[in-house]
Amino acid sequence: MGRFVVRRVLQMVGVMFAVSVLTFLIFNVIPNGDPAVRMAGRQPTETQIEQIRKEWGFDKGVLTQYVTTMEKVFTGDLQSYFTQLDVGEEIVKGLPRTLSLALGAALLWMAVAIAFGLYSAMRAGRFSDRFLTILALVGISMPVFWIGALMNYYLGFKAGLFPNGGYVPLTEDPIDWAYHLILPWTALAILFIGFYSRVLRSNVLDTINEDYVRTARAKGLGERQIMVRHVLRNSMIPIVTLWGLDFGAVMGGGAILTETVFDLQGVGQYAADSVGQLDVPPVLATTMFAAFFIVLLNAVVDILYAYLDPRIRLQ
Amino acid sequence: MSLAFGFIFVLLVAVCAAAPLWATHVAHTTPTENHLTDMVTIDGERTNVVGLDGVPIGPTYSGEFFLGADRNGRDVMVRLLYGGRNSLMIGVAAAVMTTLLSILLGVLAGYLRGPVDVAIRSLLDVMWSFPVIILGVALGVALALGGFKLGPITISGNSLLIPIFVIGLVYVPYMARPVRGQVLSLREKEFVEAARAQGASPARIMLTEIVPNLLSTILVFFTLLIANAVLLESALSFLGAGVRAPNPSWGTMIDEGIDRIATAPHLTVVPGIMLVMTVLSLNVFGDGVRDALDPRAKVRLEH
Repeated sequence: MGRFVVRRVLQMVGVMFAVSVLTFLIFNVIPNGDPAVRMAGRQPTETQIEQIRKEWGFDKGVLTQYVTTMEKVFTGDLQSYFTQLDVGEEIVKGLPRTLSLALGAALLWMAVAIAFGLYSAMRAGRFSDRFLTILALVGISMPVFWIGALMNYYLGFKAGLFPNGGYVPLTEDPIDWAYHLILPWTALAILFIGFYSRVLRSNVLDTINEDYVRTARAKGLGERQIMVRHVLRNSMIPIVTLWGLDFGAVMGGGAILTETVFDLQGVGQYAADSVGQLDVPPVLATTMFAAFFIVLLNAVVDILYAYLDPRIRLQ
Repeated sequence: MSLAFGFIFVLLVAVCAAAPLWATHVAHTTPTENHLTDMVTIDGERTNVVGLDGVPIGPTYSGEFFLGADRNGRDVMVRLLYGGRNSLMIGVAAAVMTTLLSILLGVLAGYLRGPVDVAIRSLLDVMWSFPVIILGVALGVALALGGFKLGPITISGNSLLIPIFVIGLVYVPYMARPVRGQVLSLREKEFVEAARAQGASPARIMLTEIVPNLLSTILVFFTLLIANAVLLESALSFLGAGVRAPNPSWGTMIDEGIDRIATAPHLTVVPGIMLVMTVLSLNVFGDGVRDALDPRAKVRLEH
């Protein structure tokens, strides 16, 4: 097991390195003109461009450029050319917000998806199952930012049931923190609920036909006990790994849309705003940050899976 | 039932394809024409297309401004249809690009194995680690900033090819992996062995034996790909990294609409509904296709 973990961690480092190279290539080497001009964003002045050129080493070779860029990203020596704020600081400020959104939504969608999926499987073929399936399909067809905006407006602004966007730190007031996050959590969760409930449903339906379930029934175990202790537990393994991957993806980029719509000022919104300004340093940093989360969660999920299923370790 | 939804999708496509007809004969305008200072007759009353307080008119359900106007006085219905053309075209083109690339990479990696497989898999791993949205945004921004110049090929930053390229590229790992898995199992089958015994070259085997047997997997993925591509395009356009103004797309329309959701909700609701209908019909249809072809398959695509 230990050897597998080490191997996986090394792989993770390798992928991060490759991601950094890819990010660098995208922003500095794409053949379309002067990278210094591109860095400077929307309305650059001649002195700004010169300054950028020296700072990032565009007058030197590509390798030097890469080293300089990565140095700046990892030592946090990045400053936005648009707002003059330190990029690292902004990311640290935004992190707890993005984390609150992602974690809360992830737990919410898991809980609801399990409930829906299990219920759907138990009533397979009947009306309630079909109804939930349609609901799920509608859920995965809706763009997050659209449903979020509509919810924010109709439930928040007009009906006054929920606050109109914004974020309250957990340390300040836990109740208000949750209150502000209910709509964003729901908006983000809808899509995943749709997907996960269907995956769980199909897994449960597969498991129900297994021999050990038949044995359990023959032994005389109650239906409820069978469902929860045997069927559910075994259907969950692929779900848990998918959950890890999706959580990573949400932290990495899925949160962007929800944060923008609800004005949560998290890392995702920071990335989105910087994109709008064509402001390269923050986009660089947030890209690396996002990729890091995905790679990390991928590795964690792989390790978890290997722990649960020893055959994987031999790959 | 899924066939019905497939039909709905085709209907939507047809309606959007007919956009120019509607624009010229019914609405008498273009998707980018501003009517800021014009007046229009509703219920016998002459009103400003965009009121003095900046609020555009809502749906009139008559020929001109059938679904109202946006803040620049442009006809929403016309933009909706043209935007649909853009969004759908990008979605389908991107899906085609992803499919072709995935087949290429998946078959090469799965059949040739060895160093080719390792190289392709590492590449896919790295792409997979890039979250879909961030990669799309990063590429979209980098390319949009100055367009793309490769020797004689120049694509302006405004071109629709850029979102197609970005979206098409982003989904490759999600499809290439299952394709590769299928190829891995296909190559052990007897008919492949028979072809090899006959002396067929690897290239010939890949083309004539492997690829045709991938078709059911590809077909299922393809419909889901279009659905996700359309959704991704709307997300990218919403963030400003996809279709760029003034070109209409459902994503840009929603983006513009959200600012005015209090005064002119139809600007947000209308393109959103079209989007949901399109993606939903594709999803239901794709589901039906999958059930028909392989009920036990666990097809998974990211969003």
